[in-house]
Amino acid sequence: MMRHIKTVQKASVKKPVSGKACGECQTSCQSACKTSCTVANQKCESASK
Amino acid sequence: MVHAFEMKGRYIAYDSESCALHELDQTAFLSLCSYIENEGKRPVNERLEKIAAECGLPNEEILSVCDDIDELIQEGELFSEGQRVNLDDLYPDDPAVKAMCLHICHDCNLRCKYCFAGTGDYHTGKRSMLDDQTGKQAIDFLIASSGERHNLDIDFFGGEPLMNWPVVMSLTEYCEKRAAETGKDIRLTITTNALLLDEEKTKYINEHMKNCVLSIDGRPEVHDNMRPAPNGSGSYRIVSDRIRTFLAARTSADSKYYEHYVRGTYTRSNLDFSQDVIHLAEELGARHISVEPVVSDEDSFYRIRPEDLPEIEREYENLAEYLIRKKADGDPVHFFHFLMDMQGGPCLYKRLKGCGVGAEYCAVTPDGDIYPCHQFTGEIEWKMGNVRDVETLLDENRNLLPGKKTEEILNSRVRQIFIDRLMPDKAECRSCFARYHCGGGCPANSFHATGSLDGQYEIGCALAKKRLECSLWMTVVGQDT
Repeated sequence: MMRHIKTVQKASVKKPVSGKACGECQTSCQSACKTSCTVANQKCESASK
Repeated sequence: MVHAFEMKGRYIAYDSESCALHELDQTAFLSLCSYIENEGKRPVNERLEKIAAECGLPNEEILSVCDDIDELIQEGELFSEGQRVNLDDLYPDDPAVKAMCLHICHDCNLRCKYCFAGTGDYHTGKRSMLDDQTGKQAIDFLIASSGERHNLDIDFFGGEPLMNWPVVMSLTEYCEKRAAETGKDIRLTITTNALLLDEEKTKYINEHMKNCVLSIDGRPEVHDNMRPAPNGSGSYRIVSDRIRTFLAARTSADSKYYEHYVRGTYTRSNLDFSQDVIHLAEELGARHISVEPVVSDEDSFYRIRPEDLPEIEREYENLAEYLIRKKADGDPVHFFHFLMDMQGGPCLYKRLKGCGVGAEYCAVTPDGDIYPCHQFTGEIEWKMGNVRDVETLLDENRNLLPGKKTEEILNSRVRQIFIDRLMPDKAECRSCFARYHCGGGCPANSFHATGSLDGQYEIGCALAKKRLECSLWMTVVGQDT
């Protein structure tokens, strides 16, 4: 137990499913983002294929 | 790389390669900062003793903190290795256009002062409506381009798409018919200023459109200042009434679809924009909100300037605090640019490729012209083709003829520029902690600000970093309850 550091979220950058990306997720400008760019809030949709 | 920052009395460290997130006390924060100064390695004892003296702690205490930091480094939770990426391994298929911003008309019933689309005509001087045939060709082009992709997205955009409502309905029905024929899932969005959003259209949208984006800027005086009608009068009263009514219907059990965003733009004229987000939440009942910074010409009065950044950053912090209070009250409000899936989110390819402009996403004008995205519309050097040419590729059932590809009707020079683009190509991104969050930022903003797709739109970068800090702070503070 560390007294000075609390890990809120463990390492987690999601690797492409089965070794490759599937291209099924929404493009960011299709949601509510027409003049800037945020991609990290896009949902992974590999399971919905 | 590790980004360590203090926000509202909380000390936070974010490892950008692994997305690991830690909260620290001040002693650990100062110790970690000394690691960052020392390129991720344990500093010499003299440096650590200095920190111990600053904190009024015995040297052993600092050494114990450093042992913890070393342990986290060992476990890949701090200073984790950069991703070594081979794009072909990540995404072996050819990029397929599978998302479209379909311009239902190049006309509008408002005259917003900041409109990037030239108040509807995209700076062409010609106001026009998409016809049914061209719209169907655009949909056929998208299906033909999408290859093996199952999920396709179309945003009915403008100008103001409700001004061409019969075509919206006809194309919606065509999408549903073609989806059934091809097995694709064609998800529809409509982006509207809500002025014509009556009961009949509300009902239709809630029955057929997966997402609806409603434009309003916030407080009445803010909205009316930037979003007047053609005669100069304010549009807030009618637009806010329409949106209130729409939200009630959209969030009721009768609506087939729920997803929606109330979307606004902030400018130099309302740098206190957190008040506009709060207005949309409290006065209109919006619970899914996206308010974005204006993009504009160099000489516009409302352009955000570098000297505005400290105030804007404080506003984002105020907004984050408000959202935390709402969540604690059991009435959460979701702000698009603070949302972040810490448990998963998009894969590495998506984070590196960014928005997909010109590679997976395109815009189509009422004349059928194809552009990499809505923000490049009308800039002829970026024109990628015309959807009417899809006729040369299709059989009598509107499916691709054997051996044909939509690449044949696209400008290969423009297309290749976007297929080849990858965020790490940008020099500033290589040393930025937010790079997996923004995917390299908006290429159109970069191009219009610097003349290069890979140039740095500095204000956009500063705001993206601040939004990520707020999002991380909210994740940390959210653990308190």
